Amino acid sequence: MELNSRLGSVDSLDPNDEDMPYSDDETEDELESPLPRTDDEQNRINQETEDNQVPSKKDGTWKVKANDRHFLELPEFKKKHHFCFKKSKYAGNAIKTYKYNALTFLPLNLLEQFKRAANAYFLALLILQVIPQISTLPWYTTLVPLILVLGITAVKDLVDDIARHKMDNEINNRKCDVIQNEKFTESKWMNIKVGDVVRLKKNDFIPADLLLLSSTEPNSLCYVETAELDGETNLKFKMALKVTDEHLQQESQLAKFDALLECEEPNNRLDKFTGTMMWRNQSFPVDMNNILLRGCKIRNTDICHGLVIYAGADTKIMRNGGKTRFKRTNIDYLMNYMVYTIFGLLILISAGLAIGNAFWQEQIGTNAWYLNYGNDYTPSYQGFLTFWGYIIILNTMVPISLYVSVEVIRLGQSHFINWDLQMYYAEKDTPAKARTTTLNEQLGQIEYIFSDKTGTLTQNIMAFKKCNINGKTYGGHCREDGATVDRIHPVDFSWNRYSEGNFKFYDHCLHHSIKYEKEPEIWEFFKLLALCHTVMVEHNEEELVYQAASPDEGALVSAARNFGFVFLARTQDTITINEMGSVNTYEVLAMLDFNSDRKRMSVILRYPDGKIRLYCKGADTVIYERLHPDAKNIKDTQEALDVFANETLRTLCLCYKDIGEEEYEIWDRKHKAASISMADREAALDKVYEEIEKNLFLIGATAIEDKLQDGVPETIAKLARAEIKIWVLTGDKKETAENIGYSCQLLDDDTEIHYGEKVKELLNIRQENRRNMEVVTTGKQKRYDPFFSGNKKNALIITGSWLNDILHEKKKKKKKKLRLRRPKSKEEEFSQQEAKYKEDLIKEQLQSDFVDMACECSAVVCCRVTPKQKAMVVNLVKKYKKAVTLAIGDGANDVNMIKTADIGVGISGQEGMQAVMSSDYAFAQFRFLERLLLVHGRWSYIRMCKFLRYFFYKNFAFTLVHFWYSFFSGFSAQTAYENWFITLYNVLYSSLPVLLVGLLDQDVNDKLSLRFPRLYLPGQKGLLFNYTNFFISLFHGIFTSLIIFFIPYGAFLQTMGQDGEAPSDYQSFAVTTASALIITVNLQISLDTSYWTFINAFSVFGSIAVYFGIMFDIHSAGIHVLFPSAFTFTGVAPNALRQPYLWLTIILTTGICLMPVIALKFLYKIIKPSEGDKVLKNRKKYEKEEALTRRPVSLRRGGTARRSAYAFSHGKGYADLIVSGQSIRRKPHAPRPAVSRVGESSLATQTS
Amino acid sequence: MLIVFFLPHLLYFSSYWSKILKMKKDNKPDNTAFTQQRLPAWQPVLSVGIVLPLFFIIGLAFIGIGIGLLITSNNIQEFEEEYTGIGDNSNCYICANNATANCKCTLNFTIAQPIQGSVFMYYGLTNYYQNHQKYLSSRDDQQLAGETYYLKNPSQSCKPYQMDINNNPIAPCGSIANSFFNDAFALYYNNQGFLDEVKLDGSAIAWWTDHNVKFSNPSQTGSNLSQIFEGTVKPINWSKPVYNLDVNNPDNNGFINEDFLVWMRTAALPDFRKLYRRISGNYSSFMPSGNYTLEITYNYPVKDLPGKKKVIFSTVSWMGGKNQFLGIAYLVFGSLCFVMGFILLIVYAKYQNVEDNDD
Repeated sequence: MELNSRLGSVDSLDPNDEDMPYSDDETEDELESPLPRTDDEQNRINQETEDNQVPSKKDGTWKVKANDRHFLELPEFKKKHHFCFKKSKYAGNAIKTYKYNALTFLPLNLLEQFKRAANAYFLALLILQVIPQISTLPWYTTLVPLILVLGITAVKDLVDDIARHKMDNEINNRKCDVIQNEKFTESKWMNIKVGDVVRLKKNDFIPADLLLLSSTEPNSLCYVETAELDGETNLKFKMALKVTDEHLQQESQLAKFDALLECEEPNNRLDKFTGTMMWRNQSFPVDMNNILLRGCKIRNTDICHGLVIYAGADTKIMRNGGKTRFKRTNIDYLMNYMVYTIFGLLILISAGLAIGNAFWQEQIGTNAWYLNYGNDYTPSYQGFLTFWGYIIILNTMVPISLYVSVEVIRLGQSHFINWDLQMYYAEKDTPAKARTTTLNEQLGQIEYIFSDKTGTLTQNIMAFKKCNINGKTYGGHCREDGATVDRIHPVDFSWNRYSEGNFKFYDHCLHHSIKYEKEPEIWEFFKLLALCHTVMVEHNEEELVYQAASPDEGALVSAARNFGFVFLARTQDTITINEMGSVNTYEVLAMLDFNSDRKRMSVILRYPDGKIRLYCKGADTVIYERLHPDAKNIKDTQEALDVFANETLRTLCLCYKDIGEEEYEIWDRKHKAASISMADREAALDKVYEEIEKNLFLIGATAIEDKLQDGVPETIAKLARAEIKIWVLTGDKKETAENIGYSCQLLDDDTEIHYGEKVKELLNIRQENRRNMEVVTTGKQKRYDPFFSGNKKNALIITGSWLNDILHEKKKKKKKKLRLRRPKSKEEEFSQQEAKYKEDLIKEQLQSDFVDMACECSAVVCCRVTPKQKAMVVNLVKKYKKAVTLAIGDGANDVNMIKTADIGVGISGQEGMQAVMSSDYAFAQFRFLERLLLVHGRWSYIRMCKFLRYFFYKNFAFTLVHFWYSFFSGFSAQTAYENWFITLYNVLYSSLPVLLVGLLDQDVNDKLSLRFPRLYLPGQKGLLFNYTNFFISLFHGIFTSLIIFFIPYGAFLQTMGQDGEAPSDYQSFAVTTASALIITVNLQISLDTSYWTFINAFSVFGSIAVYFGIMFDIHSAGIHVLFPSAFTFTGVAPNALRQPYLWLTIILTTGICLMPVIALKFLYKIIKPSEGDKVLKNRKKYEKEEALTRRPVSLRRGGTARRSAYAFSHGKGYADLIVSGQSIRRKPHAPRPAVSRVGESSLATQTS
Repeated sequence: MLIVFFLPHLLYFSSYWSKILKMKKDNKPDNTAFTQQRLPAWQPVLSVGIVLPLFFIIGLAFIGIGIGLLITSNNIQEFEEEYTGIGDNSNCYICANNATANCKCTLNFTIAQPIQGSVFMYYGLTNYYQNHQKYLSSRDDQQLAGETYYLKNPSQSCKPYQMDINNNPIAPCGSIANSFFNDAFALYYNNQGFLDEVKLDGSAIAWWTDHNVKFSNPSQTGSNLSQIFEGTVKPINWSKPVYNLDVNNPDNNGFINEDFLVWMRTAALPDFRKLYRRISGNYSSFMPSGNYTLEITYNYPVKDLPGKKKVIFSTVSWMGGKNQFLGIAYLVFGSLCFVMGFILLIVYAKYQNVEDNDD
């Protein structure tokens, strides 16, 4: 128990493992510790002025007058908007997320689109083309593709915006009751104003941020579900101020309500609110407990009334949204750089050709009498004009349709993710959803996964699994006689009318013992479970519904209920249970609630016969310290606890103690005294509790399973084989997290676990070494040596406080204060800067070291971390490892991390929506991650890479023919093809096959992708698309263009047609090169296609057919008669393509272009086969195997002792609420509707 | 194309519709081969069984074609004579240096082997950039297509040959038309001291589409060509107006003059030849060996370019005129494929063994 003793004696120097470091939203002033003031007079004055400024800024300037709409229009609240137009600073309640309306769509959308560099570039080209001196291509060659690109994007934006319009309308038109003319009238949400009094009914969404005035519940309690806000599914309660509770129950009272509320300006902090309500010449403080926030749902409360404080855009939920970082993929960045490279290349080539033109002009052009430009420009000026001409004709090197094609492919990939049946969770009817369509290929490059625990790895469902009573363990698969069997049907609880259908237990022996009252301890065990808790009960039409503060407690009480010990009802000081059919009421003398220090709870009960007994349940370590020396079964239970812990169950010890009347009297007096003591009541109470909770007698132990989501260990194992590292970041306690680490096989017994101290020590040593090294060898190259030696697997388990301590996180905050102090002199300023710089450097080194160390470990678990720290950890890895990260979580506390990581995944289907709303991908189960990454991610990456490589290739092959042609056309910027061909090449003749490859291609199918996770590795290393690949594409393109130009060139040098006419004219040449190009690039994509569906075949041959079809059409007589100047290639195709000679030229060109590619591909496959090639080689074999067997994955359980030494993962229960009687109904018989099922959700108190 | 880009959207909406039509209650995705990416597909692998035969077959086929092409090319009889007149002893030296109009010079040459089959006569120019961008675009296709409006209002693209100094529209306008090749040839067979004129046929030397579709004279009922072209002026370099290009054949005038059409079909490369005439009459299918005299009306200046002028006589085959390039290229590439096939075979055998040892 080395660990526990360390836990127990947390000394003041080391960080506390139990505490969360600091709240996410702590503001600067909360964090800053007062700095010792310098005696310097100047500084003091500065400080004072600072101090004076701060409060004035914070003063409550937000004023709300109830039931007075004119109040908002007062001039003092007017704010200058545009020009002199003044507007009230209070926002209306209508929300607007759409970007365009019917009028503004076209201009705004176009403006937005031309902000993109590529579009602007093509617009500039278009303008260049209009200048007659420069124009080398007619305007339509650029305009047609540009319009197509703009049009597609515009349509997509339009569809998106219409969806937003619809959403807005739906929300804005929701109905709610508002007091108007002293009466509640139904009004739309968008018409609600600040200062209105609204009435909400059960299950209504809250329309704005409200001050709770009153409700139909006792003490004007109001239960809300905050799932949309913070993802927590348990109910929270809010309470109205006493004065409003008492005086504002009736409609007439509410209508006359005229209080003035002063509070802070709208902000985004969900946990803090301060304000003052002035009413009837009195002022009342208002805090977060009285506020209902927009986005929450009223639950379990029939009617409540509220005063609107912030509306619409001012509400806290709206203030929280909209900070979404625009994420881009690595490929995006690469692609952009490549486009810049191409652009540079374009300018270089154009400049070179322009110089060539100037020389040509000088040498030949001046003598060429047949050339007359009608001006007398010098050759160099002519060359300058030609430069722009080449920029225009070579513009197709920068592929205009690249971006829009990439978007189309990503959109398609996203739909494939949405459509995937194997990521559809039937139970909750949730399909996977790609919420962003721009990140798909990044899914194939993930190196680090940061996972939340609760709700992501685990289901957050607790199930009563096993127990140990009187030294005997129950909970296996047992027959009634105690013999263990392999398979058995669950115990039938139908004799118990209170039993729940979904409770499964397989130990018939225990059931038998209870039913026939074999051992009194067993009864005592379940009686304890039914009595000692803070669960609240509701009778809902013959059915009992429990509301527990934590799922653990709910599981225990509900287990007792199923075994026949049913908790029926409680009042302020009694508790009624049904014990195997007989109803007994016990007087509750005291409730000694949980807290994180005590790790136990007790109740003191007076039996109907007058006996006083204390029941206690708690963490084993805590209980064992307080056992009576004579207590039985200590050793047996201990062993059972070890076994439970090994099975990663959450354990709890149960015990009791009989108390004499006098002993109780004495204690009770102390208790009463402590509970009214003013100073440090908590500590006083704890001390009193401690006195009575001793000399306990052990009854047994329970074991609850924190159910993992389906397939978590298998998924983690598979992802690990794909060399993806998984870090668990959780707000849970260290022990819980460690336990889960074991149960999902992130950790195993071979793993050496390193905790905070060790990490700090290692880091310090490293730091020390570095300092020493610096002295010895300065400027020597850094050598990386690992932190951990040996072959043992290492794991890191570190808490939030340690993280802060190690990484010097807090210092950053203090430094800001430092800056406020005016430095005395230049030197001081300098030294301050020096120190700051040094500190930053050290911090950076520390962070880098820490990340290095963590990356050496096979598993990293960070527990007790705040949402902010989760994001910080993600950022550290992003910063120092330059790795692609993925964060997965389900709750609001994961939002920050999800937004920070390169890819955020939300677990949907849960009640909470925040994580999903800020995520990029959402699905219902953790195990779908495997398919998302290894199948969809991998495919998307491969497809995108293939697409880009080919896309660049095809444009080089296409465009550079002009370059070669320049040498034979006087560098005059003459195109080698017909203009219409240039116009349509990228949009019609060559795009469909590659687009389909980008959408449909798969090198190996999904089953093999999953079976061989190593296939994922090329993506992580970015092997399929990088600068090397880019240059290969470039050279391939150059090669192809070379062949495509020079073979026809040779053929045209000296030739004539079959019938004597000379087909060596420019137009025939253009048709020959174009045909060769089209056939070559389409066959090239055929070579690159590894998954030939009929659509692919159709597209390849279709493209070629469309090319010939359109060409013959454009070259036909009819179209020339209609547009003689636009279609000038009349009759070329039929004339040229009837010559076998030109066909032979085309065939030879295509052959020379493709055969070397085939040879290289084949050689590469033989000499250096990739992982995928190897798999493909044996594809048939694997597929056969796949059909034959599906091996079950065996789960291995650990051997050595691991203890789960914690009690509940929650804080205080409802004891206060119960004892004070606040929640107990005045009319207890009124039927109450269902709130939630025990085990699925629970009601937590606000314990602050 | 649009369909392609919207394919994913369309499919999405179609699934949406099917949802509505079937009144589907749940969000379960459709189980179709397409949505599940299970479309039946052929996954070709570049296996040795495909690649090696491919190389050998293509190698053999290309070698075969190459041999065929070379033989065909060698069977074509071609005869080329330069008449630029650069050398001092050249007959056309005087004409080349004295820029007098319709200067005549003669060129004597001997055909050693009789030429079988129909013979075509070409003129050739070198270092002449008909493919220059400015030159190429200096024409008005609407005018040439016979549109009356453009006859009088030629397009801007014709500049500086759009209007003459007096602002009269030029027909045909533009650089190409202006630089119309205007040498003329007459061929005589030296039949034992007696010059027998070889008939040259200038009909149907241009593309049918050019003659009948792309180019046509402006039509005006009841007017002859010269009336139609009234108000326009001839191109600056021309000696005759466009409606008077062929005095012998009134139908061969205007924009559809065959020689003009041939010239207007601009060449792809700076060295080019254009069809001038077909040898017809007695010599149409057979040109006996012996001496021939070519009488040249020397007008076209190429000396300064500096370029050359040639006349070529050639027979044609199924593959056109004489050109060794393609045949040689086929032969070389075919052989390379064949060799590559062997290399691949050796490499494959070597690595196959290595792999077998690994297993």
